[in-house]
Amino acid sequence: MRPEDLLRPTPRGLHCPVGDFYIDPVRPVARAVITHGHSDHARAGHDHVLATRETLDLMAIRYGPAFAGATQALAYGEHVDVGGVRITAHPAGHVLGSAQMALSWRGLTIVASGDYKETFDPTCARFEPVPCDVFISEATFGLPVFRHPPAARETAKLLNSLAVFPERAHLVGAYSLGKAQRVIALLRAAGHDAPIFLHGALIAITAYYEARGIPLGPVRPATGVAKADLAGAVVIAPPSALTDLWSRRFPDPVAAFASGWMRVRARARQRGIELPLVISDHADWDGLLASIAATGCSELWVTHGAEEALVHWAGTLGLRARPLHMVGYGEEEGEDAPPPGDAAPTPSAAGEA
Amino acid sequence: MNRFAALLDRLAYESGRNAKVRLMADYFRATPDPERGYALAALTGALSFANAKPGLVRALIMERADPILFALSYDYVGDLSETVALMWPAPPAHLRPNHAPLLSEIVEALARLPKRDLPAQVAAWLDGLDDTGRWALLKLITGALRVGASARLAKTAVASLGDLPPDEVELVWPGLAAPYEDLFAWVEGRAARPETGDPVPFRPVMLAHALEAGDMAALDPAHFSAEWKWDGIRVQVVAGRGAEGERVLRLYSRTGEDISPAFPDLLEALDFSGALDGELLVRKEGRVQSFNLLQQRLNRKSVTPRMLKDFPAHVRAYDLLVEDGEDLRDRPFAERRARLETLVARLAASKGFASRLDLSPLVPFSTWEELAAARSDPASAGAGEDADAVEGVMLKRSDSLYLPGRPKGPWWKWKRDPHTVDAVLMYAQRGHGKRSSFYSDYTFGVWSAGSEGDVLVPVGKAYFGFTDEELKAIDKFVRANTVNRFGPVREVVHDADTGLVLEVAFEGLARSARHRSGVAMRFPRIARLRWDKPPREADRLETLEALIREP
Repeated sequence: MRPEDLLRPTPRGLHCPVGDFYIDPVRPVARAVITHGHSDHARAGHDHVLATRETLDLMAIRYGPAFAGATQALAYGEHVDVGGVRITAHPAGHVLGSAQMALSWRGLTIVASGDYKETFDPTCARFEPVPCDVFISEATFGLPVFRHPPAARETAKLLNSLAVFPERAHLVGAYSLGKAQRVIALLRAAGHDAPIFLHGALIAITAYYEARGIPLGPVRPATGVAKADLAGAVVIAPPSALTDLWSRRFPDPVAAFASGWMRVRARARQRGIELPLVISDHADWDGLLASIAATGCSELWVTHGAEEALVHWAGTLGLRARPLHMVGYGEEEGEDAPPPGDAAPTPSAAGEA
Repeated sequence: MNRFAALLDRLAYESGRNAKVRLMADYFRATPDPERGYALAALTGALSFANAKPGLVRALIMERADPILFALSYDYVGDLSETVALMWPAPPAHLRPNHAPLLSEIVEALARLPKRDLPAQVAAWLDGLDDTGRWALLKLITGALRVGASARLAKTAVASLGDLPPDEVELVWPGLAAPYEDLFAWVEGRAARPETGDPVPFRPVMLAHALEAGDMAALDPAHFSAEWKWDGIRVQVVAGRGAEGERVLRLYSRTGEDISPAFPDLLEALDFSGALDGELLVRKEGRVQSFNLLQQRLNRKSVTPRMLKDFPAHVRAYDLLVEDGEDLRDRPFAERRARLETLVARLAASKGFASRLDLSPLVPFSTWEELAAARSDPASAGAGEDADAVEGVMLKRSDSLYLPGRPKGPWWKWKRDPHTVDAVLMYAQRGHGKRSSFYSDYTFGVWSAGSEGDVLVPVGKAYFGFTDEELKAIDKFVRANTVNRFGPVREVVHDADTGLVLEVAFEGLARSARHRSGVAMRFPRIARLRWDKPPREADRLETLEALIREP
């Protein structure tokens, strides 16, 4: 028996032939198991969706209540049997409701971790390592240059900038599910208790976080507020809004962006970011290595990101590893990073007088 | 070092001038001596030590990292110092140095450390710093510290600590040295103004206002002298004797930056005592060369014999501020001019002097019409062979004292009308800072014959010259007429019938191998938006080529 008998990569996503279901399928399927609510993993149009309660609720907020034919909620630590395969959900620490899905069948356990981070995040349950034979890991930040600093250091940078430029609005680009709420929680933990203003795209999800018992302090819609009242305020918006016409309503805005990609200067500069904040919901290089080791797996499968480096690292330890070459992931809201080495091209024709 | 690194990091991303000044001022306020002084030295380029080679940095990481992981990382990040800073394996906490190295420790150690000890010392510093600190350290020791903040901006930040005009700091600067404790004590009101003791100090320069159409009617030509406005770099040449009686000579930019090291040819030839104001030019075979050639000599810390030979520097003097210790700035221009003429005539006799410094001639006129005629044809109004280097005329009231800053009234600059060309907008790029939501950088082209008929070739890029209203209108046009996107750049429609024609003004044109069109514009800006004009009626490349005068 090989692990591929239980789970194998296909163009639609990871497919389990035994239970005939897909994990995070990128196209509509009859039966989907979804790790978390980001749009590159959770898509609308499946007949049946198995996910945590929070992931199902977030999908309903994003896609409307009819996003799937039928849904089934699975809490952390609980399991269901699908065609003889036992599926158990474990926290992945990525965003609210994110789960690693452990598949067990005939003594073989494969853990599909989705996206994860092992560090503490006040807005979601903490990642727990699940003993397994095969661990499927993302590699979004799978290069040793990615070592996320403590998030508190980054929020201190933002608060320091607010102190130096009290007349400027600080626009923080953050993915609307997870990162935005985490940034708010981090600011509250650092003692920032002024109202935080939100782009419209963030309001429903942020309200859902609060409804699930995650306190985020006073938050207000950014629209309809007088320009002068936004001086010295923190405004959180999806990254694409930073350079959008939308940003013109703010007084002399400082463009900040909370993302693990901000660790690389060229990335921040390409986007015209003035205040890069290295805050990520993905494990960094050290986090990936530690998390993989903690599972005690004998084989590592690497999905999206810098697969090559992680597979190389596993090889130096004698750990069997293979890249899955999955496509369609790592583009949350079309705003996640471009693939490595894909510097934004400028037209070669453009003169530079 | 970590705090200084955090400042550099923030400066590197900040595009606004005032914001940069505030960030630096905030750092100076919060940082004790002598750390802030060494930071000021680093920011003003006043630190000097033998730079480490990139090879050293690479060797350090190779001892500590898997070569394949390093190669993949370097490939991704694209910058050696940054890659090493980010992936440096910090030792576990109990093996780390007990404090992060201070900037002062680093600067002092670099000055005295034998070369063979450098790798171990750099590694120890890297162990004690955070990622930003490591990045700044590697940039500092490899001599690649570029954060877009000039020395002038750093001095402005220091001046702001005591609400002083930046020129005040500029005045005392030449006599000071890192870590500048006396300077900080003075601006913070804790001590007297530092004595410079510098035999060749900079004096803040006097600047002119641009002459607008309506100004002339109110001015009486009898009160003014006129001279050519040269297309070079304004400099102040100050010469004197040091404490040991040795000859000291310094060349300052108009903001007071000491640019002497790049001009040994001038320093050698000029021997006098005083301070004079003039234009730095490249002069060869008795003729002033284009600004393009002068650029080869600018922004360099050192200069090769080849460059000295190919681009000989020259000063064309037009004012005398000090002579033999006598300050002339409170004398009228006419008197200063007479003294200058006498001085230059006397010095012209000494060997090698005349080829390095001469007098900027006065332009004779009695009515504004005569001056206008001279301005439009400098060649036949006295500028002769050098007419190409004339960018207009300067008007100076004969009774004007030499006042620092830009007082309105005594001095006027009257530039020649710029060249203009009608070009077609081809690409637009998003701006930075306040303009980050606007497409504000424009690449424009003119028509040229291609193998399949006429095509537009890009000839330049401009990002100013338009009003806020025009910016909004162009931005709207760009968004509505995008045909392609490349990251922050949009290609906009530009065919014979549809597109936006821009009237572009520019000061000059030179051949350029770097540009596909073969020409490079100097100082291009948007003069007007020609919504009325279809792209087919825009200018052709041949029109531009005709403007280039072969040297």
